[in-house]
Formats: sequence, structure tokens, C-alpha cells
Amino acid sequence: MKSKTADRIATGVFVAIAIIIVSILVGLFSYILVNGFKYISWDFLTTPSSNIRAGGGIRDQLFNSFYILLLTMIIAVPLGVGGGIYMAEYAKPGKLTDTIRSCIEVLASLPSIVIGMFGLLVFVNVTGWGYTILGGALALTVFNLPVIVRVSEDSIRTVPRDLKEASLALGITHWHTIKTVLLPSAFPSILTGIILAAGRVFGEAAALLFTAGLSTPRLDYANWNPFSEQSPLNIFRPAETLAVHIWSVNTQGLIPDVEAVSNGSAAVLVISVLLFNLLARWIGSIITKKITATK
Amino acid sequence: MVTTLLEKEIGEQTIQSTVPLQMEHILNVHDLEIFYGEKRAVNGISMDIEKNAVTALIGPSGCGKSTFLRSINRMNDLIPGARAQGEIMYEDLNILSEQINVVALRKEIGMVFQKPNPFPKSIYGNITHALKFSGIKKKSQLDEIVEESLQKAALWDEVKDRLHKSALSLSGGQQQRLCIARTIAMKPTVMLLDEPSSALDPISNAKVEDLIVELKKDYSIIIVTHNMQQASRISDKTAFFLSGDLVEYDATEKIFTNPSVKKTEEYISGRFG
Amino acid sequence: MQICIYPIMTYFRGVWCIMEKIIPAKERLTKSSKNRMDGELRGKILVILCAVIMISATISITIFLGTKGLQSFIKNGVSLIEFLTSTHWNPTNQASPEYGALPFIFGSFAVTFLAALIAAPLGIGAAIFMTEIAPSWGRKILQPVVELLVGIPSVVYGFIGLTVLVPFVRAHVGGLGFSLLSGMIVLSVMILPTITSIATDAMGTLPKNLREGSYALGATRWQTIRKVLIPAALPGLLTAVVLGMARAFGEALAVQMVIGNVRNLPSSILDASATLTTIITLNMGHTTYGSVENNTLWSMGLILLVMSFAFILLIRYLSSRRKL
Ligand SMILES: Nc1ncnc2c1ncn2[C@@H]1O[C@H](COP(=O)(O)OP(=O)(O)OP(=O)(O)O)[C@@H](O)[C@H]1O
Ligand SMILES: [Mg+2]
Repeated sequence: MKSKTADRIATGVFVAIAIIIVSILVGLFSYILVNGFKYISWDFLTTPSSNIRAGGGIRDQLFNSFYILLLTMIIAVPLGVGGGIYMAEYAKPGKLTDTIRSCIEVLASLPSIVIGMFGLLVFVNVTGWGYTILGGALALTVFNLPVIVRVSEDSIRTVPRDLKEASLALGITHWHTIKTVLLPSAFPSILTGIILAAGRVFGEAAALLFTAGLSTPRLDYANWNPFSEQSPLNIFRPAETLAVHIWSVNTQGLIPDVEAVSNGSAAVLVISVLLFNLLARWIGSIITKKITATK
Repeated sequence: MVTTLLEKEIGEQTIQSTVPLQMEHILNVHDLEIFYGEKRAVNGISMDIEKNAVTALIGPSGCGKSTFLRSINRMNDLIPGARAQGEIMYEDLNILSEQINVVALRKEIGMVFQKPNPFPKSIYGNITHALKFSGIKKKSQLDEIVEESLQKAALWDEVKDRLHKSALSLSGGQQQRLCIARTIAMKPTVMLLDEPSSALDPISNAKVEDLIVELKKDYSIIIVTHNMQQASRISDKTAFFLSGDLVEYDATEKIFTNPSVKKTEEYISGRFG
Repeated sequence: MQICIYPIMTYFRGVWCIMEKIIPAKERLTKSSKNRMDGELRGKILVILCAVIMISATISITIFLGTKGLQSFIKNGVSLIEFLTSTHWNPTNQASPEYGALPFIFGSFAVTFLAALIAAPLGIGAAIFMTEIAPSWGRKILQPVVELLVGIPSVVYGFIGLTVLVPFVRAHVGGLGFSLLSGMIVLSVMILPTITSIATDAMGTLPKNLREGSYALGATRWQTIRKVLIPAALPGLLTAVVLGMARAFGEALAVQMVIGNVRNLPSSILDASATLTTIITLNMGHTTYGSVENNTLWSMGLILLVMSFAFILLIRYLSSRRKL
């Protein structure tokens, strides 16, 4: 029967597609990890990078990546969750809400290089800061904000209406209800979303090229004064992150051990993103269990 | 606790509640109309709700009982497009007025919903949640109120050993009594109950019914129910709603033995609805 | 006048006790300065502020990049027609600099469409696999795979493209390896998860009775998929593809590392090429801020911005069709 055969062939094609996709992932991961593990060592993680000689590590890049991530989250999480609360609880259907929704959509779909250019224009040139960690973090905030707004809005919307009504019926204000009932219930999924977003921020490079720059000054990790030039904590210094480092050693680097450095860095980057993913799932499930615990 | 003269007075009044003329009214509803957008769900009803009595609202599904009930503590404000016209006088204020502080109003007119909806907190936390918000912060005082309201809700003996366990670990009936307890803790004057025992098993249902009769001493209660036996067992007055109209409102005994409108009789005897 | 008994808590002789005090209803229950809802207003202002920040970010991005991007035409007198249609890009020629960005515009569109050409069938196929062929275990395997693929940073894709794909193309297909082909392959892997996950949603939200109706008529699974499900989900599937294309169009670093970045129009898929994003990435740092060449880079940025608006409009159009 002809249609039976066609059906079999089609099924085979779909299975093949699934196998192709799984093998792409497996291939990518095993390539990155197998090649990268050779180069990851304590030394690699803790020596500063070199511009010309072989044997450089990624100490500063690693620190910069985490520091920019932290700063970004400090700015973006309150703003994003606030925006999400607004969209879920206060926005009334109408023109204004539609406008805000469009804005979120636009922000979410901007290419990161465009956000980097905006950052270059505003946080580097207009402010006169030059390449700074803060500029990078602000650009990443723009990049990250729509994601957090959406996650927060969706999570708050999925909290059962009953709980909100129960709280309001007890004579509790809307805002206090949001703070003490809605947010705690929505917290696991907001947190999961934020950690996943953090993974994205951690691997982002294009938005940082023109905002946080391609170089890191000589850092003194004993210097904790955030206003000192050499302090790693200074937010007004340029900072090359790990993702940017991979790009720059490959496209404009002079070091002889490009392969080693980028393989190692790529592995560290992918492992970090992987950890963010696992962490998100793990925390999500733990908190959900705790909240719905029936003991 | 200082028991005042007035409380005693109220107590005596309830005992004599067979004499309707002496009843005081807690709420006076005049020409109340409620709309959802263009659609009218309640068509100009007027009724007086008695103090320290149980008033039952009965009627087929979709006749506007919940809509009416929710307008008394302005829960309908939450529904976009819902609006109410007319008057619900509480003391000397119109509850529906723009001027009303709904948050303060809901502390005095509490509500318990059909589905038990405890917060995902401990049993203790469920009761103190609203208390803390209204400014009671001291541990000893909170403890006292928690015990008192759980006692009143006839739940104390069952949960006193596990006050700090999750409220979600309670059975459905216990959860519902907890919801009643946390409403009691706010010391409201009126309690609105929307089919509070319809989701419960018969034993829990009986407990909640006993509780309601008990609570009538301190509170004025309005209860929506689909259960005719329940209405006749626990209520003092009964209002029969039909597609947004108040068809008949009278003493429960009268409604169930000798209703003056034919529709009421048909509904009660189960011929429709 | 009616009065009421209102319990308030008072601290009395070292013990908390409930005293009853008479407060008229009007004072208790009306909005007044005294019992204004604490914190309510503050909270509302706070979240409105967040919403305002989002609007202003969007508006300022549009305005800043718009004005900056138009400067090369307004201030520097670069011809818009030349910019969009000429294939000669030679801004460093002192005597007669040329600003034809067509090769890059073409490059951007070419890699985007080519990448979609590969990724769309794979992504939609995977979506169908997850929703129709093996809804239980297939989904359990593919879903995390797709999520992990999204998680891989774009520089890592670029790096693997550079070290694995480019040499492979050079050795086995031809050319230098740096080519449209390499760019297309890297991008197609990158947009595959986007297309897959959105297409899966689109297939998943189809009403059940659609399938049952078709099977009841004796159609095979493939016939059902082809004749009933795909047409019904078409706007959603197209949305998935457009979103994937939007991502491909804006992707910078990964493409830049494998495409070769030459200023000529490619004549075959094995030729090196360049896109708007790769030229911006490469030259933004090398050119003096405010120079004509630098300003033309901002004009290219403006094209990217305009295109991302265009993609949004397209998606809106598609989702309005979905409701019908
Ligand atoms: N949020 C809403 N939006 C629009 N219409 C509504 C809404 N809630 C209720 N209605 C309509 O108002 C009418 C009265 O509904 P209501 O919930 O008050 O009925 P009810 O008597 O409580 O019914 P039940 O016994 O089923 O709870 C119904 O026709 C219903 O469809
Ligand atoms: Mg109802």
C-alpha cells in the first residue's frame, strides 16, 4: 500500500532528524569538553592572561565574567521583577499596556551587537566613562531585562487566583499581598528563569565588545578598594570577559597557544553555562518540593 | 480580655432571636444592580441582613449569589469590567461608595471561599499573616490570637501539636476550618461564606455547620449554599435568587415550609435548578 | 447616630489585652489621610517606574541609534542610494572613498535565508517528532537537548566553526573554508533550538480533535501531519522560522569568525563574504569615533535595528493570522 510506505518513510525521516539533533549536541559537547579538559588546570584558572607569550591563563577573565554577571543581576533583577509585577498585577488592558508589551518585545529581539552599539554610544561616549564594567553591565541589563520581565510576569500569573483573593479578603493591601503571597509562590519559577538568564549573560560577548572592552588592567586581588585603579572591584575599569577573550584571541590574538587557551576557555564557559542550567533545575525542584511539602 | 457590656447584650439578643422584630440590621441593601461589562448579573435587589444571624442565599447555579456576596466586601473590584449600582448600607456608610477604603472594609467583612485556599505557609503563619500586616507583631499576643481563633474554629485540638507544619498537610475540611479561623482572627463583624462546605466530605461538612451555628453568636453570617438541608439546618433567614432577581426572602422556617412564591417551592422541592 | 465597637490592641500594664474603643464607621472605613493604605502607593510607584524604564530604554535605543545612524547621510553627505545599492566598499581610499554596503546587506540576507533553509526543516521535523511521533520519550530526550543547545554561547559556536568546520570545508568541499557555507552551517545550528522550541509549542497547542478527526477518516500518521496538522499550525511554524531568522540576522561573532569578511559580493556559496554585523564587529574598534567610515558603521547598525522591527511586524502579522 502506497500510503503505508510513505508513512513509514516519513517516520524514518523524523526519527533521523531527532537523531541528527541529538548527535549535534553530543558532538559539540564532547568536542568542547574532550579538547578543553586537557588544558584546564588550577594554573590555567589562576594565572593572568598574556598578550604575546604562551602559557597565559584566564584568571582575570573569569573574575570579570562573574563580576559583570553579578552587577548585571543586581541591576536587572529588581527592575525586571518590578516590571513583571507591573505587567501581571497592575497593567490594565489598553493602549499603554500594549505599548509596554511592544517595548519588551522589541528589547527582546534586538541583536546583542545592536545593544552593544547602544552601550558604546550612551555608556561609553555620552557619559565619557570609556570602556567600563558598569557600562558592560548596563548593556547586559538591557539585553537581559525583557527575559526577566517575562519570566516574572508568567510566574506571577500562574499563582492560583485563590491565594490572591484569600489575602485580599483578609483586608491586606494589594502591594502587601504581592510581597507576601504572590512573590513567594512565584519565587521558584522566577529564580529558575533568572539563573537560566544568568547563563545567557555569562556567555554573551557581542554586547560587551564595545562596552566593557577587550582589555583588563593589571589587577591586584589584595586591593579591595573599589575606587582604586588596580582593584578588581573597581566598576569603572575596562574588563575583558571569558567569552570576549575567546573571540579576541581567535581573531586578533598574537599568542602562539591560541588553541590551548581557547579550548580551555570554551570548556570553562560551557561548563559554567551547564552548571547554571543544572543549578536552575535543581533549585527549582527543591523549592517547589519544599513549598508543596505535605509533611 | 475584657468582655464588654455590649457583647453580653449581643449574646442575650441571639438567645431571643426567635422574635424577629427585635433584630437589628447589619446591612441594608437597596436596589443593588451588578454588571459584568454589559451583562447584568444582579437585577436591583433590596434586602436587610440581620445582625448575629445566619442568612442563607440559595438558588440555581448562575443566579448571581456569588456575585452578590462578593460585592459586599468589594471582591468584585478585582474583576475587570464588574461594577455595582445601588446601595449596601453598613452602619451609616454605603459600601459601594468610591470613598470606601476597601482594605479596611475587608477586615470587618471577611470572606471564606468555596475551595479551601490556605496560604502555602505553616498553620500558624496562615493565621498571623493578616494579623502581622495590621500591626500586631508581638509573639505572645499572636500566640494568643492564634489559639483563640483556632479554638473558635474548632480546630485547635486537631492541630495544636503541629502549628508550624505546612497548612497544606491538613485535610480539606481542616483546611477550610483554618480558612475560617484566619478570618475570625481579624475579628470581623460580618462573615461571607461562599459554599464553604461544598468541597468537603460529610463529616467535615457537619463540623463546619456546627461551627457556623456557633459563630453566629459573635458574627453576622451570610452563606451561599446549594444544599437545602444545610440552609434549613443552620440559617435563620433564607433568600431565594433566580436569574439575578431576589424572588423571596423570609425566615428560613417559612421559606422551607410555606413559601409564598411558587418558584421557591419548586426549587426547594428539587423540581428545577 | 450609629456607633460601633472596634477592637484595637493596647499595651496595658505589661500585658497585651484587647480593649474596645468606639470609632465611628466613617473614620474607620473611608479613605482618609490617616488610614491610607500603607505602602500601597509606594509599591505601585515602584513597579510603574520599572515599566517606565523599559519604555524609555526602548525609545532611547531607537532615538540614539536612529540619529547616529542617519548622520553619515545627513552630516557626511554619503548617498543613501549608493550606500544601499553600490557594491564598492572602500572607505579608506583618500581620493574618492566609496561607501557601498550592498555586499554586506546581501551577505546578511544570504546567510540568514540559507541558515533558515537548513534549520527550518530540521527544527519543524524535530517538533513533529516530539509532538506526533514520540510524544513521551522523544520529548524527554529532545527537550533538554534543545535547551542545552540554546545555552551554548555564540562565541563557542564561532570557535568550533573556526577550528573544525572551516578546515573541514577547505579540505573536503573546496575554497578557503571561510565562506558563506560555513556561516550558514554555524548559524543553522544556532537557530535550530529557537525554531524547534517554538514550532513544538505551535504543534502542541493544536486541538486534539484535529488529529482524532483525521485518524478516524483512516488517514495515516504522515497524511495527518501533512494534510491536517502542518496547515493548521502553519502560522505558528512560520513564526518559529521568522524568529530563527531574526536571530541569525543579528548574530555577529559566530558568523564573523567563519565567514572570511571580505568586501566583495560572493559569487558562490564557497566564497568568503561579510555581513552587516561582521563588518560592524571588525571595524567599530579600528575606526575613529565620528569619522565618516565610523558613521557608516552606525548606519549599518540602524539597518539591523530596522530589520528587527521588521521581523517583529512580520511575527505580529503571522500571529494575527493564527487567531483566525
Ligand atoms: N467574572 C465574570 N465575568 C462575567 N460574567 C460573570 C463573571 N462571574 C460571573 N458571571 C456571570 O454572572 C452570573 C452570576 O454568576 P455567579 O457566579 O454570581 O452565580 P452563582 O449564583 O454564584 O452560581 P454558582 O451557584 O454556580 O456559584 C452568571 O451568569 C455568570 O455567568
Ligand atoms: Mg457561586
